[in-house]
Amino acid sequence: MSVRSADAVLNESFLEIRAKLLEVAATLDRVDRAVASGTPLSDAMQSRRSQVDEAIETLREDSVGRAEKLQKLFSRDYQPDWRKTFQV
Amino acid sequence: MDYIDPHIHMVSRTTDDYATLARMGCVAMSEPAFWAGYDRGSVDGFRDYFRQLTEVEPRRAAQYGIQHFTWLCINAKEAENVSLSRDVIAMIPEFLDAPNVLGIGEIGLNKNTKNEATIFLEHLELAIKFNQLILIHTPHLEDKYQGTRMILDMLCDDSRIDRSRVLVDHVEEHTIGEVLDRGFWAGMTLYPVTKCTPERAADMIERYAGERLLANSAGDWGPSKPTAVPDLIFEMRRRGHSESLIRKVVYDNPIEFFSQSKNFTFKPRG
Repeated sequence: MSVRSADAVLNESFLEIRAKLLEVAATLDRVDRAVASGTPLSDAMQSRRSQVDEAIETLREDSVGRAEKLQKLFSRDYQPDWRKTFQV
Repeated sequence: MDYIDPHIHMVSRTTDDYATLARMGCVAMSEPAFWAGYDRGSVDGFRDYFRQLTEVEPRRAAQYGIQHFTWLCINAKEAENVSLSRDVIAMIPEFLDAPNVLGIGEIGLNKNTKNEATIFLEHLELAIKFNQLILIHTPHLEDKYQGTRMILDMLCDDSRIDRSRVLVDHVEEHTIGEVLDRGFWAGMTLYPVTKCTPERAADMIERYAGERLLANSAGDWGPSKPTAVPDLIFEMRRRGHSESLIRKVVYDNPIEFFSQSKNFTFKPRG
């Protein structure tokens, strides 16, 4: 259910998208500059950096549901047998 | 447009906020019991808090023509203290006959631990025993997906739970589908950082329509905006949605869900 045209949606959001992408780009540049100056990412932060790369790849997918995929990417796994593990 | 905020923590807000909400069209609200920003040390601390929820806030709201309802529990964060939690759960029935109490909430998980799950299940027993509606808090950020699935497991494993009497709050894109598909009500919390923006909430309404869907502001002591529901109304209007769809989400649906409690004595504006 969408009451607006695709052109209208993209047009009204274009500057906001541009600004958010620039923030991501500038942040990654900041990280890389810090790495280049001799402070490499720890294993934990490298894992997060990889998550960001995966998120960017997800944005490039040609399908609806990117927001849901990103949410799951940044989520802890669900274990179906958790009640047995916890004994509750 | 008149609207109802179904999840807002007014103990954290100033009286000026009541005035602003009234001017923005808020005619009723429900306030779940939650974490105060610090762990309380005794059951009497909760007894005083429940007096605030059942006596003080309804009076404050009434000064601005807003009808105030509430929910009682020990929240998931403090549920890590199992002994204190059990004392609080045993004390809650003292307040269940207060005229503005709609049910047990906001119960749920925070970090998805065994103790939190244990106390969640004991809250469910309390709700079942006293035939109360249930309002659920789902965790935030990386804990949300796992915690929401765990909560749904516990609810669905108990055949005594009537899913139409349970509202699962703080749903986002990766949890809303399962909550609605399993027959529960779902609440979207409009919040600047950890939950969802009015724009993303409008997206979810477009994807799932308005059936069994509510929107709230949380309006707590964190960086939140008590007038976030009017922001959603504005966003929906800006996109060209019908007044009837907007009204369904922000007014009709809360009334339909809350009306399952005998204490929901809401009187619409004449």
